[in-house]
Amino acid sequence: MAAAAVSRFFDSDLWWSFSRSPVAVLSAAVALLCIGGALLAPWIAPQNPFDLATLNLSDAFKPPAWAEEGDTAFPLGSDDQGRDVLSAIMHGARVSLLVGVCAVLFSTLVGVSVGLTAGYLGGTADAVLMRIADIQLTFPSILVALLVDGVVRAALPRETHDQIALFVVIFAIGISNWPQFARTVRGSTLVERNKEYVLAARVIGLSQLRIMLTHVLPNVLGPVLVIATLNLGFAILAEATLSFLGVGVPPTQPSLGTLIRIGNDFLMSGEWWITIFPGVALVAMVLSVNLLGDWLRDALNPRLR
Amino acid sequence: MFAFVLSRLLQAVPVMLVVALISFAMFAYVGDPVSIMLGQDFTEAQRDALVRDLGLDQPFFVQFARFVGNAIQGEFGLSYRLSRPVAELIAERAPATLELASCAAAIALFVGVPMGVFTGLYRQSWLSRFFLTFSLIGVSLPTFLIGILLILIFSVWLGWLPSFGRGDTVQIGSWSTGFLTGSGLKALVLPAITLGLFQLTLIMRLVRAEMLEVLRTDYIKFARARGLADRSVNFGHALKNTLVPVITIAGLQFGSIIAFAIVTETVFQWPGMGLLFIQSVGAADIPVMAAYLLLIALVFVTINLVVDLLYYAVDPRLRADRGASARGT
Repeated sequence: MAAAAVSRFFDSDLWWSFSRSPVAVLSAAVALLCIGGALLAPWIAPQNPFDLATLNLSDAFKPPAWAEEGDTAFPLGSDDQGRDVLSAIMHGARVSLLVGVCAVLFSTLVGVSVGLTAGYLGGTADAVLMRIADIQLTFPSILVALLVDGVVRAALPRETHDQIALFVVIFAIGISNWPQFARTVRGSTLVERNKEYVLAARVIGLSQLRIMLTHVLPNVLGPVLVIATLNLGFAILAEATLSFLGVGVPPTQPSLGTLIRIGNDFLMSGEWWITIFPGVALVAMVLSVNLLGDWLRDALNPRLR
Repeated sequence: MFAFVLSRLLQAVPVMLVVALISFAMFAYVGDPVSIMLGQDFTEAQRDALVRDLGLDQPFFVQFARFVGNAIQGEFGLSYRLSRPVAELIAERAPATLELASCAAAIALFVGVPMGVFTGLYRQSWLSRFFLTFSLIGVSLPTFLIGILLILIFSVWLGWLPSFGRGDTVQIGSWSTGFLTGSGLKALVLPAITLGLFQLTLIMRLVRAEMLEVLRTDYIKFARARGLADRSVNFGHALKNTLVPVITIAGLQFGSIIAFAIVTETVFQWPGMGLLFIQSVGAADIPVMAAYLLLIALVFVTINLVVDLLYYAVDPRLRADRGASARGT
């Protein structure tokens, strides 16, 4: 069964177009490297950057291994507390990826529900929901994320904030990006709802909720996958930006953005590797995810071929 | 024309009201302004007096109406963090942000459009390919990383340009400008490039795509067949017709420039509104956040309005369509 599924995948159109595109293969490799390094960080990272016992202040500010005073124990150098930059990046990428994926799932959930409701019900519900989406789209989503983050911060007492800061960031980024999903899903729902199978389902007396969830939903999910991939890059960048501005994830769980922010303090004194390497990792991750998303969009849309 | 402007204005009003409602809700329900203003020691009578003074015992809509009335007069109360009037704080910081944003927009337009025209006309040249690769980098690098890289290269390694602040400023009335001093201009270079780079690449790619589209049309072929000079075909006929989408996007992007100024101002410690806002978010300073939200909304609504009007002015087809549909109904 599984073997059949695998061989069907390798025979598929999608695989064919993937293996023919060097950009797609290369970015998939980079993305896998980033994601693999992030997921396996606790096991393969040279050092546990959160274990204070392994840190030694005499290792502080070591330049990368290839520089003159470099130390091979710290391939990408070390920071002000003698923390290995490579290990910090791998653990940071974990947080970045976690926030990015959760934020995209959250905006997908909100966007798809709103789009499906608006498209299927039509009328006032449609007008109100889409007007809200329009208004939100007038503002850049990073600004919306910042504001939501700021409001939630202000509404919560300080002590509880640090514990749930991760969820606040996910919520802020997720909520800043749902209109895109809603618009797309609404568009395809409008097409689907007049098709015969929906009419048939209505004739046999199924409830509206049931029709929406089991009949219309599976048929409008295709484009959602593409938008979700393209949005992952955006969400990771948004998280990095918020963390860089100091209003993102708590410093106890540094993401790539937090690492760049911390390293930025040492830039003027010439310790560039503390901030530049996390930056390179961030760009590699986002760029590869974006290129994969572009490829997926073209591959799933036969009209563009 | 008048009806068009009026209908656009009427569409903008509800948007502003919704944003005002959100920022009022922040004011009224997030945090407890009364206890913040009273401090530690107070009597019940003092508390009641303050509640009455602030009008917090009034019904919701009365409070909201008063909030909107005050906001229209630029009155947002005191900042929790700095205990100074919010309007004063913002007025003090606005020149820095506006100078930075307009320089960034100027860079994006005056470098982006020629680059777009060039890459559209000479698709195969190596310079075009270089520009396109460069634009891909510009799109995928986050703003703050561009800033950090520029600081590393031009301030730390080369030592040519300052890495933070505005340099010396000259006070002209209530406006403080950095344009008139050498150190002010030098301080402006890196932040303006950082902020403008993303918009530059966006405009370049847009102009290129539009040029490619337009150059394929029949009237361009006809213009060439008539023996017009390349110059007049390329600029008089082709570029002119790419302007409509460029105006729209450039206009809408001016809004994002102001939004991303928050990031750039943090990287370069530029004393503008964005830095004020991010410090307020960190300190949960609601009055400043509410005022900034309203101000930004006003900027965006105004930009959308102006872009719509420009559209109308630039593209005669739009006028004809609207005229026809107006007659039809």
